[in-house]
Amino acid sequence: MKRAAVALLFFASLIGAWELAVRSGRWSAVLLPSPFFVAEYIWGALLDGTLLESTWVTLKRLLVGYAAGVLIGLPLGLLTSTSQFLEDTLGALALGFQTLPSVCWVPLALVWFGQTEGAMLFVVIMGTVWSVIIATDHGARNIPPIYARAARTMGSEGFHKWTRVILPASLPFLVSGMKQGWAFAWRSLMAAEIYVTILTGFGLGHLLHYGRELNAMEQVIGIMTVIVVIGLLVDRVLFSPWERFLHRRWGTNLKET
Amino acid sequence: MEASPHPSSGTRPAKLVIEGVSKRFTSNRSNLQALDDVSLSVAEGEFVCLLGPSGCGKSTLLNIVAGLTRPDRGRVLADGKLVEGPGQERLVMFQESALFPWLDAFGNVMFGLKLKPDLTNRERRRIADDYLELVGLEKFKHAQIHELSGGMKQRVALARALAPDPQVLLMDEPFGALDAMTRDQLYDDIQRIWMESRKTIIFVTHNVREAVCLGDRIVLMSPSPGRIAQVFDIPLPRLRDINSPELASYASRIAAAVKGTADGAASE
Repeated sequence: MKRAAVALLFFASLIGAWELAVRSGRWSAVLLPSPFFVAEYIWGALLDGTLLESTWVTLKRLLVGYAAGVLIGLPLGLLTSTSQFLEDTLGALALGFQTLPSVCWVPLALVWFGQTEGAMLFVVIMGTVWSVIIATDHGARNIPPIYARAARTMGSEGFHKWTRVILPASLPFLVSGMKQGWAFAWRSLMAAEIYVTILTGFGLGHLLHYGRELNAMEQVIGIMTVIVVIGLLVDRVLFSPWERFLHRRWGTNLKET
Repeated sequence: MEASPHPSSGTRPAKLVIEGVSKRFTSNRSNLQALDDVSLSVAEGEFVCLLGPSGCGKSTLLNIVAGLTRPDRGRVLADGKLVEGPGQERLVMFQESALFPWLDAFGNVMFGLKLKPDLTNRERRRIADDYLELVGLEKFKHAQIHELSGGMKQRVALARALAPDPQVLLMDEPFGALDAMTRDQLYDDIQRIWMESRKTIIFVTHNVREAVCLGDRIVLMSPSPGRIAQVFDIPLPRLRDINSPELASYASRIAAAVKGTADGAASE
């Protein structure tokens, strides 16, 4: 309760400082709109449906691309962890592409897929898959070998060993890898949406882009706020329960409460 | 106490036969002859302790019997059949806790049972409950592994190893990391469980008293290269109390022999 009050106070004073800065008149009201003006925009966009619609378009692209990235990356990461050959080939490739900022895939995606949903998905998948491969590979390699030995003596081999021992044993690494993959996917999608107009659906990135073109800074800042809130919500809804579960099971990072 | 010249096992039928097993570990820097021509026969229902200083190859020998490590030369027969890999008839209880942290205590005991196709789920649950009760942890059935103390973890590990009803139980210094009071309690438990179930047990340890307390026979091994130095029969009645004077007198004589093998190694 006390922590919530502290956070509330902090954000309230931040907004207060912002409002004071606007009222001081040192900056043009066009470049720095009042926080109330931004709130008004968000409220209006919520009521007329544009915000919900573009949020839905963006999230749909994100979830489909992210799910595909994880589904491709997870088995590949497990594979690279098992063989020296795959590590030296696929593993090296993944490491290389992971260092490539995913917005760099956009020009290629446009040429290959045109201004389509396919281009968006391609960029998101390219943003996700490499870091998922690397995190999974890292996780599977860091499993204490004694788990696999114990499992073998109890008769666990092959598919059973992979699904009941290796996969659960590497869960803590997998979740952090998936979280990283998510962060990459989110960033690459925003970059792609700002960069490219896809006629089949206007996402949040497009709203941001057109906000700039119309010189509507309340729209730019409003959409930025929405993007931040979505990021926080996903972290709370998708990853926090997982992490809490893992900490409970593994007994790691337990806070003294 | 007699130090028999040959590692034979008397009149009972041999459960495990280790024949001329050698194992060498080579890496860039070292070349270790872990085992050199080791032969041993273990009778059905016998409790054998492999005793020796670290580096004498006792854990390697246990892993070879388990089928986790392949010998360079020689072979292991279990019930007359060649051991070619790990199997549920020879379960291992490891030095450190090898319990799975993603499962609770009950889930860990169930792991091996689920790999026995001829059991129904109801039977598996009942067996798991029985073994948790046997090791005195029925109240901690749904405890997370990290919530258990070191002694409790090894009890769960024991229940997990016993539950699939292996013929042979291989124990690799299972109590090494525990405090003395917890260990003393576990010595009683393990003897009781052994007398009830009459499993064949091979127990690896570097603790002389522990070996005298638990073993029908103590196989003393010497390091570099790992060989069997001497075999001692321990005819003390059960349940043995690790703090009893008779046990201590056995232990002191064996400790002298251990010292001999360790000195021999140090002078090489």
